[in-house]
Formats: sequence, structure tokens, C-alpha cells
Amino acid sequence: MSTSGTPATAGKEPVAVVGIGQTKHVAARHDVSIAGLVREAAARALADAELTWADVDAVVIGKAPDFFEGVMMPELYLADALGAVGKPMLRVHTAGSVGGSTALVAANLVAARLHRTVLTLAFEKQSESNAMWGLSLPVPFQQPLLAGAGGFFAPHVRAYMRRTGAPDTVGSLVAYKDRRNALKNPYAHLHEHDITLEKVQASPMLWDPIRYSETCPSSDGACAMVLTDRAGAARSPKPPAWVHGGAMRSEPTLFAGKDFVSPQAGKDCAADVYRQAGITDPRREIDAVEMYVPFSWYEPMWLENLGFAQEGEGWKLTEAGVTELDGDLPVNPSGGVLSTNPIGASGMIRFAEAALQVCGRAGEHQVPGARRALGHAYGGGAQFFAMWLVGAEPPRS
Amino acid sequence: MRTRYAREVAVVAFAQSDHQRRTDELSEVEMVMPVLHQVLAATGLKAGEIGFTCSGSSDYLAGRAFSFTMTLDGVGAWPPISESHVETDGAWALYEAWVKIQTGEADTALVYSYGKSSPGSVRDVLTRQLDPYYLAPLWPDSVALAALQAQALIDAGETDEQALAAIGARSRTAAGSNPHAQLSGPVPQGGYQVRPLRTGDCPPIGDGAAAVVLAAGDTARRLCERPAWITGIDHRIEAHGLGLRDLTDSLSTRTAAEHAGLFDAPVDTAELHAPFSSQEVVLRKALGLGDAVAVNPSGGALAANPMMAAGLIRIGEAAARIHRGESRRAVAHATSGPCLQQNLVAVLEGDPS
Repeated sequence: MSTSGTPATAGKEPVAVVGIGQTKHVAARHDVSIAGLVREAAARALADAELTWADVDAVVIGKAPDFFEGVMMPELYLADALGAVGKPMLRVHTAGSVGGSTALVAANLVAARLHRTVLTLAFEKQSESNAMWGLSLPVPFQQPLLAGAGGFFAPHVRAYMRRTGAPDTVGSLVAYKDRRNALKNPYAHLHEHDITLEKVQASPMLWDPIRYSETCPSSDGACAMVLTDRAGAARSPKPPAWVHGGAMRSEPTLFAGKDFVSPQAGKDCAADVYRQAGITDPRREIDAVEMYVPFSWYEPMWLENLGFAQEGEGWKLTEAGVTELDGDLPVNPSGGVLSTNPIGASGMIRFAEAALQVCGRAGEHQVPGARRALGHAYGGGAQFFAMWLVGAEPPRS
Repeated sequence: MRTRYAREVAVVAFAQSDHQRRTDELSEVEMVMPVLHQVLAATGLKAGEIGFTCSGSSDYLAGRAFSFTMTLDGVGAWPPISESHVETDGAWALYEAWVKIQTGEADTALVYSYGKSSPGSVRDVLTRQLDPYYLAPLWPDSVALAALQAQALIDAGETDEQALAAIGARSRTAAGSNPHAQLSGPVPQGGYQVRPLRTGDCPPIGDGAAAVVLAAGDTARRLCERPAWITGIDHRIEAHGLGLRDLTDSLSTRTAAEHAGLFDAPVDTAELHAPFSSQEVVLRKALGLGDAVAVNPSGGALAANPMMAAGLIRIGEAAARIHRGESRRAVAHATSGPCLQQNLVAVLEGDPS
């Protein structure tokens, strides 16, 4: 909300994604340091854009809590590896949504015409430490996260099932779909070639109703993008993805009025992005969705929260196969967070995969003819949201 | 006043806590909330009327992951707000908010930051921000690294221990008129912490918070009688390895100052984030500050150095002098990392003269 009149968004510079780089995400990259990991993704993004380190005006870096690697403010140590010496470097941290927020902060530097070409990168090298430990430090007078993230989210999944009457088979359908999609994505962490629906359903129950195969892995990985202005896009060797809208929203973690099943901040964030992009019917106008689904049940929950389904109806889209790679609203064609989860990078991977889709460069997991795609990220106790909508055409200005 | 940016943006309000050695009885939320209320009250805005909110803090100081989520609750983020966070000094949160206003997506921004150093040993904690493979395992602490820089300056003939002592004494005397300062009045130079730095050359360890409200154009004029216009702002980072840098100079500060337009006209005030007396010597040189400039009239970081807030406070203090009509053109500086690795420079000006 602004305090006086309509914001002057009309003056914004259009932002294009001209380079994307990812590492092959795995449980442990023992062969590289943190610096080596991030440089690999950044170098691939620059090569993709056919640019060099000298073309980068500023670097925006994001990751989830510093405790995940045990390095405080690692951007200081990473400045050299990312070619940032002598340049502006900004570090973003908005919990699990950080990969998305980082891309948005970088995009704003271009949109405000402060820099022409910006490198943005997010990473997590979870093998350096232990994320479960990092999330479980006890704090007096505050609610503990209860055995990592799964313990926090399971009751909210249960509430969703009770509220909507969704059958308890829906979660396994999502996991089975995402793990199959991941087989088509060479960068995905989990490549379970022998996956079957029965195997997902037979996997151990971790936090009832969330089964082992319905949870995300712990990954080492990084994702980088090169963002640039209209002139930069004109020089791009490949057709870029254009940013049509982007927004962040936050709400308190714990308060009596919070709807943990469908947080208001998520709804507001999506509404802002759709308004910027001129989307009035997301179900028809968006061709692919890269959605932050760390536990399988969050697919039907977010389908409702993001306006793709009426309240209580999200699970029906999943059950009917609408969200399959060959369905009419493919969700997580890349395999999603369920197949790849370098936490701080997971949001940026969603944003980058959405861009790949509209560029027609998603390889085997390409959604045919995708013109507009949504990248979505959330974090904390489902109170931080970051989203962008990218398109194959430049935005109307 | 001429601005090189799409929109004119000003600091219209500033508030800070009373910085203290320990605040055992206060959670971070309790420490931040009065500051938030104070800065909003100064503008008459409510949290829900702010266009964008951005904060700065550090999980390592809080001793837990996602520590900033709880302070957000203190903001009153309901209905949901457009919000972000940087894991560094609040000066960089202010930069992110300023960029957001430049895009036209917001007309106002609330920026806040905080840090409690008292629960742990901040000298040990800061070693964790060094290269994790080659340097951090040796636990070189922040005072030892600053001492290397101070000795390099002395060896280069740029200062001596007596001149450094004078900087500490001047800062803490100036803090006598700052009710928020942790240390004020004459403070003995004390014994060596790490040679050549004595107690008086080093910042106090303490807890504190700060908040700023930014506003664009006519909104700023409506909210503040004499807005402190940000006519230039830039930040730069240098190599991490101390052996790769000339510790007697700060190239990143000078580059940021050039991009912020500092050298276009003289300034009368400088608020420098120099936690060690020796770093003021480096920054004065990089920014080309002469003796006519009032340097750290608030007492600076030698009088109060709440981690993650001390840089934002420099911008706030410089702006407050403009609000009060005590400055026409001021420079504010913030730093992050060992021995001034990353630096932000903002130029603030009163209304067109």
C-alpha cells in the first residue's frame, strides 16, 4: 500500500532474465568448497548469457540461516568467488522464501535503473552442517519448531484434510508426480528410477500424515541468474524471459487470527503479482507453475492459496491429473522442492525454472508452448512469501 | 538540490534505543518495539500505511536460525505487509528500501535493525564470519584483526598511538550530549587490548536497536519539516583476504563515495561507522574529510556499537542533524566485515538552498 496516490510503476525499466545456471544438486558436494559451489552456478549463468564477470554491475546473494553452514554472513567470504570485488554486493535473508526474495531485490536494481546487469545467486551447502540442528536451537519463551520443519507443518496439513475432506491419497500422488518429473531434469537431486506410487505409499510415516517419500531431501546446490534491462535483453544471444510482476508479503508467525492452511500473505502476494501482470484468471492464463512444495500436501494447499482452485478444491486438481507434466496446469515440471532442496536456493530454482519454461529451454521437462509461468516461494512458519510471473513476451509498458 | 535518481527520497524520522552493555531482561522484540513505535509516531504513520518494510539483523548474534521472524511480529505485520530482510547491518536494509522506493512500488519505507551482543562473546562470534576453511579455524578475533590494521597505519606513518587516543577521547566527549550513547564523557585510554589498540581505541560491546522512516518527494515534505534528502547512496565490497588489501586505505569507501556524489560539494558533518579509532583515520582519508568537518558528533561507534544497528544509526544521526538544522550536507558511512571490508556511503542534504 502506498501513502499517496498511485505509485509511479509506469517508469520502471523492464527486467529480462538472460542467463540461468544451476549446479547438479546432490546430498553432499565434497569436491568443492562453498565458494566453489557458488562460482560453478554463477559461471554457468554467465556462460548461458554469453557474458563475462566484467559485465556484471552488482551481485545480490541469498541463502537461508547462516547456521546451515556455520558461516556468519558468508557473502563477505564469497565476494571474491563471485567477482564482486569493487562492486555492490547485497545479502538477503527472508527464511525459506529467500531464493525468491533475492531475485526480486536484484530485479529491482534493474527496474529502478540503478544497474544494467545484475548477477543474483542463492545457495545452500547443507552437507557442511546439519539443518535439523540449525532449526532446533531452543529459545526461551518461544515456540520450538518441533523436530525440524516437518513437525511444524504436519498439523496444518491435517487441518487442510479435515477442512476440505481430501482423501489421504493426494499427498502420495504429488510426490509420485514430482519424483517422476525429476527424472527428466538433469540438475534434480533425487533421481529415483524405480519410483512407483506403491513405494511412496509404503514409505515410513514421519510426521503423520507426512510420509518419508513425501518430504524434500537435504541438498547441496546453487542457482544463479543474470538479470538485465531492455538494452541488455536486445544483446542477448537467446530469447530472454521477461518479468511481468513480482512481490513479497509477510505476516506474523503466531497470532490468533492466522490461517496456517491458507495464509493471507500468500493470497495478497499472488494478487499483487497478478495485478502487475494483468492476470485475471490464473488457472487459464498461466501455463506452468514452479511452486514451493517441501511436503507433498502443500501442492493442493497452494493451488487454493494462489487462486488456481476454489477453496477446498485444490486436491481435486491434483487427483484429476491437472498438475501432471502433461496436464493442463503443470506444477513443478522440474521435480520441485520435493526432489531438490538446497534450502536457500530452492526459491530461486523455482523462479529460474519458471523462466526456463517461458524461454522454451527446460529440456525434457519442458511444458510445450509455455508462455507465462509463475515462480513461488515461501518460508518461516508459512509467513514469508515471494513470487514472480515471467513471460516470453516483454511486458506492456 | 539535484538528484541523479528517478525519485527524491529522504530520511524523515529516526529513533534509537539507549544502548546498554547488557539487556538480560529484554527479548529482541521488546528491545525493538519502543523504537518502532517512536519512529512511526514521529511521522504519524501506522505500520499498515508503510509501503515497504526492511530489517537488518544477524542469526549468529541471536544464537538461533530465523531470529528475525519474531521481531517481525513486533512490527504488527497484519494485514500482511510488503517486507524483506538483510542479514547484515541495517544500513543495507535502508539501501534495499531506498531501491524499492526508486522503482515506484512504494512511497514510504520503515527500516529497522538490532543486535544483542551481550549473550555471547562478540569477539569470538565475529570470527565465524571469516573464510571458514583457512581463517576461521584459527579464531582470529575482531580486535586482533583491527590491531593489524592499526599497526599497518602506524608503520606507514599515517598515525601514532597518541593520535589514536585523541580520536577515542574526542568521540566519547562528544557522546556527552548523546543520551543514547553507552559510553560518554572522558574515558581512560586504558591498557592494551591487542597492541597497539588500547581499551579506548575499541568499541564498547552492547545491545541496541534503531529505526528510520524513508519517504519520497511530497510525502517526505508532508511528514517532515526539514527532510534529510538522500542525494547519493552506494556501497562496495572488497576482497575478503586481508593480505589482498591495503589496510591503510579503503578503496571501496572511496568508490562508494564517488558514486554517491560525495566529492561534488563539501560536507559539514560526517557520521562514520569506525568501531576502532584507527579505522577513523582510514575513513577520513578515503572520504577526503578536512578538519572543518564535524566527525561523529554523536560519539560514533566508539561510544555505542550495537552490532547490525551501528551503521543504520550513522545514517540516522546524520539525518537528525539535518532535521534539526545543524547540518546542510552530511555524509554517513556504514561498514561490514573485518577491517572495513564492505562499506556504504550516503550523502544527505537539507532542503534546496
